Amino acid sequence: MSSALVRVASLCKQFGDVRAVDDLNFEVAAGRTTALLGGNGAGKTTTLSLLLGLLKPSAGTITLFGLDIERHRYRVLPRMNFSSPYVDLPRRLTVRQNLAIYARLYGILDVRRRIAVLADDLKLGEILDRPYGQLSAGQRTRVVIAKSMLNEPELLLLDEPTASLDPDTADYVRGLLEQYRKRTGATILLASHNMSEVERLCDDVLMLRRGRLVDRGTPAELLTRYGRRNMEEVFIDIARERHIAIGLDDGDSA
Amino acid sequence: MSSDLYRAQGAGASLRRIGALLIRHLYLLRGSWPRVLELMYWPTVQMVLWGFITLFLVNHSSWLAQASGVLLTGVLLWDVLFRGQLGVSLVFMEEMWSRNLGHLFVSPLRTTELAAALLSMSLVRTLIGVGGAALVAIPLFHFSVFDMGLPLLAFFANLIVMGWAIGLAVSGIVLRYGLGAESMAWIAIFAVQPVSGVYYPIAILPEWLQWVAWALPSSHVFEGMRAVLIDHHFRSDLLLNAALLNLVYLAAGLAVFLAYFRIARVRGQLLQIGE
Repeated sequence: MSSALVRVASLCKQFGDVRAVDDLNFEVAAGRTTALLGGNGAGKTTTLSLLLGLLKPSAGTITLFGLDIERHRYRVLPRMNFSSPYVDLPRRLTVRQNLAIYARLYGILDVRRRIAVLADDLKLGEILDRPYGQLSAGQRTRVVIAKSMLNEPELLLLDEPTASLDPDTADYVRGLLEQYRKRTGATILLASHNMSEVERLCDDVLMLRRGRLVDRGTPAELLTRYGRRNMEEVFIDIARERHIAIGLDDGDSA
Repeated sequence: MSSDLYRAQGAGASLRRIGALLIRHLYLLRGSWPRVLELMYWPTVQMVLWGFITLFLVNHSSWLAQASGVLLTGVLLWDVLFRGQLGVSLVFMEEMWSRNLGHLFVSPLRTTELAAALLSMSLVRTLIGVGGAALVAIPLFHFSVFDMGLPLLAFFANLIVMGWAIGLAVSGIVLRYGLGAESMAWIAIFAVQPVSGVYYPIAILPEWLQWVAWALPSSHVFEGMRAVLIDHHFRSDLLLNAALLNLVYLAAGLAVFLAYFRIARVRGQLLQIGE
């Protein structure tokens, strides 16, 4: 992959006796949407945290935009952003105040206009002046996605981007992410447990298990390889190690 | 990517990020009058208590009769040190309580900019808290700490810098050990109070403890305060000692904060914090 925007080489993260990420190697091409899939404890969140620089690798390297994140963290961070339903924003501040603060942190010139655009895109108009802590889980998810788009990131890392959203809003957000990628050419890496979301949004899928990359491919390739009708069945095959039984774990699928 | 979204990089962007965090905490203060009241509450209560003790003692102590404001000034200046430290630690813990550190640390905000924002916010909180108490003392006890003039500025600056140093170290410890260590923010500073000579000269301490006292910037400040109020003489030597010690303290406080931040990155505590 010559136009790789994300390069992960021999990445390991050890917490005491637990190896959360174990010799991970993969590349993500610019402009593509890639899913990180795996069961609980597979290493998805740890991998995202390593990519964001929130965690220091025990071994290996991460190169984003051609720059080593350990050495060039502050050159890389302005070009990316992140959303997770599990990381909060200040609850006593209103949505507008929260977005204004993060807009300034990302160096946005016209804060008001940027918030207005995102409020329109993510249907936040009615809740802009409400405290973040008073919002429903679904509304908070939309606000955090808005925060993640403030700087029009070239690399967007999303942890469960449609968690807590009703089907209609989740569908709208997926459409928004598709449009965003088409308009900006951004690269999106997302962790999700929603397989229909993965099939709709993602060009590539990275399957993790116990911190290792056990398979990868386009959703269509994976469906063919496992002889399944949908990604959920592929996910279960890998989670239950059926891929080993059918001879698909070569130990270095990347 | 729309290039018009961004400002130029460099010092301007850095100041903008520090300003963003300041605005975040000012929003919090503006939206909650109990928080503003709390800032002024203890300094004012302490000032009133020691004001009445002074009124009593001034007629029973020839030493105090020479300078009736020495206790009140000590109380107010001690609160500069305490509020300065607390301002840094509480503002940092506010980010932990709101589980916002994950978003902050993946933004372009540098750790040193975060530290600068914490110090700036501590200054705002200290000015509101201690400044409010100092103003209340004027009508209540006909005493104005501002009459001290420029030396007051020197004392204030040295004490708040020492508070910042301890506040940064405490914030690092809380980051490393989690919110279970948050009581450190409230108690850490009181370890230095007995040897700072806030209400009595350093000379009354046992000789070995005087060596400890002179290693603290605060001791030089409070000795200097008494020199101004009792002897009407500004001791520039004490001020210089305090300033030099503060350079060491601030560097050490920042080093502890940054070291614990690095450890938190290794241990994966930046996302888990608050749980």
